[in-house]
Amino acid sequence: MTVKYRWLLPEGIEEILPAGARRVERLRRDLLDLYGRWGYELVMPPFIEFLDALLTGFGRDLELETFKLTDQLSGRLLGVRADMTPQVARIDAHQLARAQPNRLCYLGTVLRTRGDGFGGSRSPLQIGAELYGHAGPESDIEIIALMLETLRLARVEGVHLDLGHVGLFRALARHAGLDERAEGELFDMLQRKSVPDIRAWLDETGLDAAHGEHFLRLASLNGGIEVLDAAGTALAGLGPEVGAALDALRRTAAVIARRYPGLPIHVDLAELRGYHYHTGLVFAAYLPQFGSEVARGGRYDGIGSAFGRSRPATGFSADLKALLELGEGELPAVAAIWAPAEDDAALEARIAALRNAGERVIHALPGAEDGGPRALGCDRVLVRRGSDWHIEDIGPVAG
Amino acid sequence: MSDTLTIALSKGRIFQETLPLLAAAGIRPLEDPETSRKLILDTDRPDVKLVIIRATDVPTYVQYGAADLGVAGKDVLMEHGGEGLYEPLDLGIARCRLMTAGRPGVPEPRGRMRVATKFANVARRFYAQQGRQVEIIKLYGSMELAPLVGLADRIVDIVDTGKTLRANGLEPLELIADISSRLVVNRAAMKMKHARVRTILEHMAAATGRAVA
Repeated sequence: MTVKYRWLLPEGIEEILPAGARRVERLRRDLLDLYGRWGYELVMPPFIEFLDALLTGFGRDLELETFKLTDQLSGRLLGVRADMTPQVARIDAHQLARAQPNRLCYLGTVLRTRGDGFGGSRSPLQIGAELYGHAGPESDIEIIALMLETLRLARVEGVHLDLGHVGLFRALARHAGLDERAEGELFDMLQRKSVPDIRAWLDETGLDAAHGEHFLRLASLNGGIEVLDAAGTALAGLGPEVGAALDALRRTAAVIARRYPGLPIHVDLAELRGYHYHTGLVFAAYLPQFGSEVARGGRYDGIGSAFGRSRPATGFSADLKALLELGEGELPAVAAIWAPAEDDAALEARIAALRNAGERVIHALPGAEDGGPRALGCDRVLVRRGSDWHIEDIGPVAG
Repeated sequence: MSDTLTIALSKGRIFQETLPLLAAAGIRPLEDPETSRKLILDTDRPDVKLVIIRATDVPTYVQYGAADLGVAGKDVLMEHGGEGLYEPLDLGIARCRLMTAGRPGVPEPRGRMRVATKFANVARRFYAQQGRQVEIIKLYGSMELAPLVGLADRIVDIVDTGKTLRANGLEPLELIADISSRLVVNRAAMKMKHARVRTILEHMAAATGRAVA
C-alpha cells in the first residue's frame, strides 16, 4: 500500500468511533455487572504470553490462528492470544488452585491471524464466562443460561439454541476401534454432514456395516428435542457413555426449556465444532438474520491438566462487537452544557459543581472555530447574570 | 436470512438438471434464467426463492447464509474446502471427472512440474499426496492452452467427454475424483429452518433414489 493510503487499517482490524464506543462500553459494564451478580469474578489474563502455554489443549485448533513473535529476553516464542479460554483455564488450574468451583469471567481483545468467517474481524472483543470444578449438567445449564442472559442484555432478538455432545462421536469411534487417522477423516466428513462422502469412505475402508450405520445415523440425528429419543433407539447398546451423554442432553434441554419458554431448541448430535478440546455437551446460539453462530461454548474437562490440575470445566464466549452490531437500540445522545471561554472564578466554580453533579460541560476554547454550542452537542449554555452564572436552554440538539 | 428459503444455483447444466429434483420438492421457478436477466427468481412457492450465481460462488453464498441451500459441484466444494457447510446429499447430476492432463508421450520434467489450473487447492493437495512438489499456475479458463504454449507441463481440470482435451492435443492422465453435484446447506439454516430444509432434502433424495441416511 502506498503512502497515499496511510489511514488504511489492516484487513479485519477495526476502530470504534464515539457513538459505537459508548455502546460497547455501556454493554461491557452491564455484562460484567451481570456476571458479578451471578458470582463470576473478573480476571484479566495478559495479552501476550509464551506460545506453548497458549496452545495447550487447544493446539491443533489455535496454532494457525495465533500471531507469534520471538521474545528478545528469553529467546522463546510468544503468542498473542487468539482465545482467552486457555488462559483462564491456566488461572484456575495454577493461580487459583482452590478446591471449590471457580466461576470466572473475562473480557478483552484477542487477535486472529485469519478472520473468523463472514466479514470476519481479526480482533474480536472476546467476552465469556467459565465454570470450573463441577461435572454435572447443572453447571452446563448455568453457563447456557448465562449465555442467554448475555444475549438478552445485548438486546439480541430471536435467539435459537443449538445443543450437541461430542462424547457421542468419541464413543462411537472408540467402539468401532478407529485409529487416529480414520477418526480424523470421519470427523471431517461428519462436520460437513456429508452422507455421500461417509458412504464412499465406508465402502473404501470396509468398516463393519453396523458401525458404519451408526456414523451415518449420527450425521442425520438433528432436529427438535425428539431427536434424543431417536438417538436412544438408533445408538442403543453402545455402552454407558452414550446413554449418559443422551441423558445429559435431555436434562439440559428440559431445564432450559422450562426456564426459557418459547426459546427454540435444536439438537444436532453431529455438531463437532471444537472437537479437539471439547469433551462433553456443546452449545451455540444462532440468530435468524445471521448465517453462523453468535455465541458458543461447551464442556472441556481436563484442560487444566497441562498446568498441573485437571478439573471439569464448561464455559461460553462471544464477540462483544458482533453482539453490538446484532443487538437493537441506540443510546440516547448525552446532552451537554456549553460554557463560554471566559476567565472567571465564578464560572470555574460553577463548571466544577456541574461536572461533580454528573453533567457533561464543554468549556469553549478562545479563538477556536468550534461552530458554537449546538455543533458541540450542547442543549444548554451557561450565561452570566450579574456575578452569577445561569443555565439557559437552547433547545434539543438535532440528530 | 429470514423466513424466505433461498436456494443458490448456477446457470446451465446444473440448473437444468436440478429443475426436476426441485419439482419433486414442489418448487418450480416462475422464470427461466437463460432468458431472464433477473438474479433472484420467484418460484410457485411464495417462501422459496432461487438466486442465480456463478458455480464457484455457491459455497460462499451458502457458507455465509446469503443463501440457505445451494447446488454445487463436488469439484467446487473440494476447491472451497467445504468449511462451514453441510453437504448431506449427492444429487448425482452434472457428472464428470476431475483429472490431470498433459501432452501425450511427454515425460514429466525433472525439476518442479508446473501445473495450470483453476483448482489450485485441489491440485496442490493431489500432488502433495503423490509426494510431488509442484508450482501451481492459477488460471481462470482455457487451461488446455497452457501446455501447448509452454506455460505449464500439466493441467488439472474437469473432463466430461475428453473431446476438448483431444482437440488440443492433450490426453487425460490421472483421475483425481469423480464429480457430481451436491446439495449444500447453511449451518444456521439447518438448525433454524430445520423442518422445511429437511422436507426439501427428503423429497430431493427420493427423486435421486438416494437416502438421507
